[in-house]
Amino acid sequence: MVNYYVRRTARVFVTIFLVASLTFGLVRLLPGGPFTLLRAQLLRQGVPADEVDARIANLQNIRPDEPLWMQYIDYMTALVQGNLGESISLGEPVVSVLAKAAPWTVFVVLVSTILVFVVGIFLGSLQAYWEGGRFDQVVTGVSISMMSLPFYVVAVLLLYVFAYQFGWLPTAGTISNSVDRSLSLPFVVSALKHSILPIVSYTLGAAGGQALAMRGNSIQVLGNDYVQVARLRGLSDGRIATRYVARNAILPLYTGFLLLLGFRLGGTVILEQIFSYTGLGYYMITALNANDYPLMMGTFLVITVALVVGVFIADLTYSRIDPRISAGESDEAY
Amino acid sequence: MKPTETDSTAVDWRGDSASSPDVTRRERLKETYEARVRTPALVAWSDWRTRFGLLIIGGYVLMALVAVLGLWREPSTSQAPRLLGPFADMSYPLGTTQSGVDLMALIIHSTPTILILITAGAVWATLIAVVIGTVAGYKGGSVDRGLMSFSDLVMAIPGLPLVIILAVTLNPENPVVLGVIINISYWAGLGRSLRSQVLTIRENNYVEASRTMGISTPRIIVKDIIPNLMPYITVNFVFAARYVMFASVGLYFLGVLPYSAQNWGVTLNFAYSNGALFSWQAAHWLLAPMIAIMGLSLGLILLGQGLDRVFNPRVRTRMAGESKSTVADDDDDTVTEVF
Repeated sequence: MVNYYVRRTARVFVTIFLVASLTFGLVRLLPGGPFTLLRAQLLRQGVPADEVDARIANLQNIRPDEPLWMQYIDYMTALVQGNLGESISLGEPVVSVLAKAAPWTVFVVLVSTILVFVVGIFLGSLQAYWEGGRFDQVVTGVSISMMSLPFYVVAVLLLYVFAYQFGWLPTAGTISNSVDRSLSLPFVVSALKHSILPIVSYTLGAAGGQALAMRGNSIQVLGNDYVQVARLRGLSDGRIATRYVARNAILPLYTGFLLLLGFRLGGTVILEQIFSYTGLGYYMITALNANDYPLMMGTFLVITVALVVGVFIADLTYSRIDPRISAGESDEAY
Repeated sequence: MKPTETDSTAVDWRGDSASSPDVTRRERLKETYEARVRTPALVAWSDWRTRFGLLIIGGYVLMALVAVLGLWREPSTSQAPRLLGPFADMSYPLGTTQSGVDLMALIIHSTPTILILITAGAVWATLIAVVIGTVAGYKGGSVDRGLMSFSDLVMAIPGLPLVIILAVTLNPENPVVLGVIINISYWAGLGRSLRSQVLTIRENNYVEASRTMGISTPRIIVKDIIPNLMPYITVNFVFAARYVMFASVGLYFLGVLPYSAQNWGVTLNFAYSNGALFSWQAAHWLLAPMIAIMGLSLGLILLGQGLDRVFNPRVRTRMAGESKSTVADDDDDTVTEVF
């Protein structure tokens, strides 16, 4: 058991290491190399070549004249020390930009993902109990139509109706400008108001999908012999529903969590752009449009780390739901 | 299921039986056609979801044909009055944009590219997933461990940001390349779940028989294992296609992907950034591409769900009452439902 946790933790570091290496490689693949454009600009402005090199080295912890492996070692050492270079367009260290952005993204993704699971599991199990009934049919229909709407379409629609046309909710940003960025009631209220639309649009479609999945799983579990046996034993309906059916039906959803989280963290790139919600995804596109490679790669790396950590936590808590994991067949589990 | 149907005649289990010389090739072909194509097709068609999904997708294919054959005018600026409402002028049924482009033309002429993109992405994702999933599941051991570690790594990279970086790096204009890039890491999850299914399939007697007969691994995978997975693969092909569409339109909407011609995402982007949000008059400009996106994904989802219903023995037997496969399939289901 200890072995499993050790291996699992080691994998987190290996993954992060490999992705960091990938970003190093990708920066070199980007059009015209990492900083050709910037170098040309600076040279045209009459900055001496030495100074240009020094500034570029400072930007991404890379000295262009060094051999590739030296650059790689420098880059990785800097990463380990928490130095992601300096943003070209914002003139700030990438780390400080991302430290401000990350909480918003984590907040939105976390809240909406929890909502997705809660709503999906709740609706899905009700549907399974009343399978074929009016409620089941209506919810299935709604779920399918919600699934067919991509979240960004929902986002634009909600923004159009509730923010622009009715003016009930703010159109952009994470909190309003008049509010102090300190933990106080107005801050929380403002932050919540700004996050309602992103969270709702990010929840609706995915919740429909989860409800359908939960419905299918529950129906399948309900048909199993052990549920019949539990009924024959005279166990209460509540106990059968929670301990026997729900627990087994949720299990497959939980394994899908890994992929879902990846899609959802990645999707913030689009979501945050629509609401001008200054989280990680927002900065990634900003960086992209400004050819700000250090910021772009930094964001990419941080989103990846967030995903890896999220999946890690999910894996560790998995054994709480499924005791078979801790019994040792850890690797076959998903 | 096309690829298996023609050559499966040669190694069909019937091929080894004593009566095989009496069965002509033509009869065998007919039999496999019945079992593999006609019956599933009939079952599929009997479900309203599949029927509806196929009809919708067929509609989009027709739309693509209209565009390819040039039956509808090409979109160009100032070809019509500006911001005409929908159905106001029947020669521009969906209305026009702010710069006087016929919205109907925009929607129709984006369809071929989107369809190519979707197909390319879905084919790529399912193909890689099938190869990796079956090989890893069947071979096991270090091959399995290596391939699964690799797909775990791929799964740990958030999809869209990677796609964005790759799109900027490679700047692909070709829809086929673009489709592949968008689904560059989609296969990982699918491959994993295919592998866990192969783990149970490979324990079957007929696989063991093939192995003892010394049939080569690729052949066992193709003849014995993949046919069992075909339903699951088909369903996931549809879902992969839907993912490509969501992601590609989303990225076009962001303005991240390079584009040479208009498409739904770009139209949505133009509407969004040219102030269609501020007035009700321009609502149709936003809605037209949205409905186009929604329609296609609805078609894909219905098709996927319908196929799932047809192929999934659990659901099928529930619908048809008792059947001989109920008991046998019970333990497979836990694995199938991983996704």
